[in-house]
Amino acid sequence: MRNFATLTRMRIQLTLRNKMFLFFTVLMPFAFFFLYAGVFAKGQPMVVKFFLGPVVALTVMGSFWGLSAALVMFREQGILRRFHVTPVTASDMLASSIVANYVLMFPTVLLEFLFARYIFHVAHFGDLLAAFLLISIGTISFASLGLVVASVTNTMQETQVINQLLWLPLIFLSGATFPLAFLPQVVQKVSLFLPATYLVQGLQRAIFNSIPIWQLGVQVGSLAFWAVLTFFLSTQLFRWEPEVKVPRNAKLLVLATAIPFLLLGLWENKYGNIPAQAQSAYDSLNGPAKSAPPQDSQPDSPK
Amino acid sequence: MSMGNPILQVENLVKHYGDVEAVRGVSFSVEEGEVFGLLGPNGAGKTSTVEILEGLRNLDSGRVSVCGLDPQRDSQALKHEIGAALQSTSLPDKLRVMEALRLFSGFYKRRRNPEELLKRFGLEEKRNAFYSQLSGGQKQRLALAMALVNDPKVLFFDEPTAGLDPQVRREIYDIIEELKREKKTIVMTTHYIEEAERLCDRVAIVDHGKVVALGTPRELKTRSGGTTRIEVRLAKPEADGALKKLDGVADAREVDGAYVIHSNRPPQTIVAIVKHLEAEGNELVSLEIASPSLEDVFIEMTGRRLRD
Repeated sequence: MRNFATLTRMRIQLTLRNKMFLFFTVLMPFAFFFLYAGVFAKGQPMVVKFFLGPVVALTVMGSFWGLSAALVMFREQGILRRFHVTPVTASDMLASSIVANYVLMFPTVLLEFLFARYIFHVAHFGDLLAAFLLISIGTISFASLGLVVASVTNTMQETQVINQLLWLPLIFLSGATFPLAFLPQVVQKVSLFLPATYLVQGLQRAIFNSIPIWQLGVQVGSLAFWAVLTFFLSTQLFRWEPEVKVPRNAKLLVLATAIPFLLLGLWENKYGNIPAQAQSAYDSLNGPAKSAPPQDSQPDSPK
Repeated sequence: MSMGNPILQVENLVKHYGDVEAVRGVSFSVEEGEVFGLLGPNGAGKTSTVEILEGLRNLDSGRVSVCGLDPQRDSQALKHEIGAALQSTSLPDKLRVMEALRLFSGFYKRRRNPEELLKRFGLEEKRNAFYSQLSGGQKQRLALAMALVNDPKVLFFDEPTAGLDPQVRREIYDIIEELKREKKTIVMTTHYIEEAERLCDRVAIVDHGKVVALGTPRELKTRSGGTTRIEVRLAKPEADGALKKLDGVADAREVDGAYVIHSNRPPQTIVAIVKHLEAEGNELVSLEIASPSLEDVFIEMTGRRLRD
């Protein structure tokens, strides 16, 4: 436990000294935030509130980029080997990455809420407890995904390729960039197989529709289960040594991380109402009669 | 070999990497307070052996014990007892020297004062420098200091001077010699002959995953039938034949005006030379003695030079 705390402190310290961190964990999420709130939502508080869930989800999901890259770099440079001759365990190493990432990401999310409140005048943030829980579980699960990616790739290039392959569907097919209601029906069906969808829709329902935690059981439960499974897999696949290549069957194990959402996706496609909920949230934004976003700007708009 | 109480034992150690047999039945033991060297060319299996002892790799067959512990089964307990300077390792670029010492000492139950290590390894001026700003020698001194943060019972130094320039290498030798005076148990690997001869109490010469010779540097040189080379310059010329008949002389010949004598028993030979010259009314102008090196031993054992 002490080693874990010591490592967490070191990881936070090192990350803060890294310029890349500033870009990926601070600047990029804020760029997204202001793009959505200022340009897409045109600064209207209601619309900003609608987009806040997806924007926060993007920040949360971004965790896996930094974590996988840092771990692969540590392994390739032989830094992990040095820790391996000490009493530090794989779980110490992995858990400290996740906690450090959480601590570093949280202020960014908090600032997004504060910007929404004080720059864009969003008066009320729905169910904050549900939002907080989803943010926490989401960060842990996507950070664990990053650790799994780091363990099944052999080089930094490989890691970045896999990250891109994961990132694009996660952000485009989940409602994180374009609202789910806005996407074709086929894509909506596909989205139900992605963990990102449950995070994005869960956050949106908590913040925009003020849905309390006990009515978000599917979202919270599936992400929590996925977090545990993915973290467990990352401890199993973890490698200290750069020259030990990943066995082929280990790469197959990664598919195991997809299984919970494959099953959930099938069930949700048959019995669930997530797309319908997304649709009604989107419609309520536009008013029942109109299908195009409101054109008239609000008096308290900053633009 | 002394039969004391070995702190480290290796019996018939075997390690494969796929089809490659890196270690093929290595056995040796190390006494407490001893500096033990594994000498051999790159790829001889030295690093694999050491990494198994450190608990970093699993063995395929054989038995090893370090401080009475099995590195594979009791790896957690073992790691509190050992210190290591690894090969091909690094620290995060943006970690400061003092932070590194504090961080690593924080992992252990038993600790040494990081301040004292900083001073001892001459890194005081660099205490706030980032790891990336250190020179090769400074990085290696930090690596050795870090190996000591838990006041370990056994130290492992894997190629501690590889890639360092001669002056820095001598600095590292001084540090290891100081540890030796403190009776630290050290297992080190090297492919430098002079390093093994200068630092190690006993040396195992390793080639192709096997120990081909084991003993003190002196024993190894004697056992190999190596002769001591005595080179003398004389005031007046001497007939070759006379020197050849002296006590302990295996061979003697004139080379560029000097006489090169190979002796099995150098002390007796030297006394004999002095007496002989006195009787002949000749005089000794200069005398040089060179013992056989481990390089000669290595060549004899493997038929190859150690350095390519």
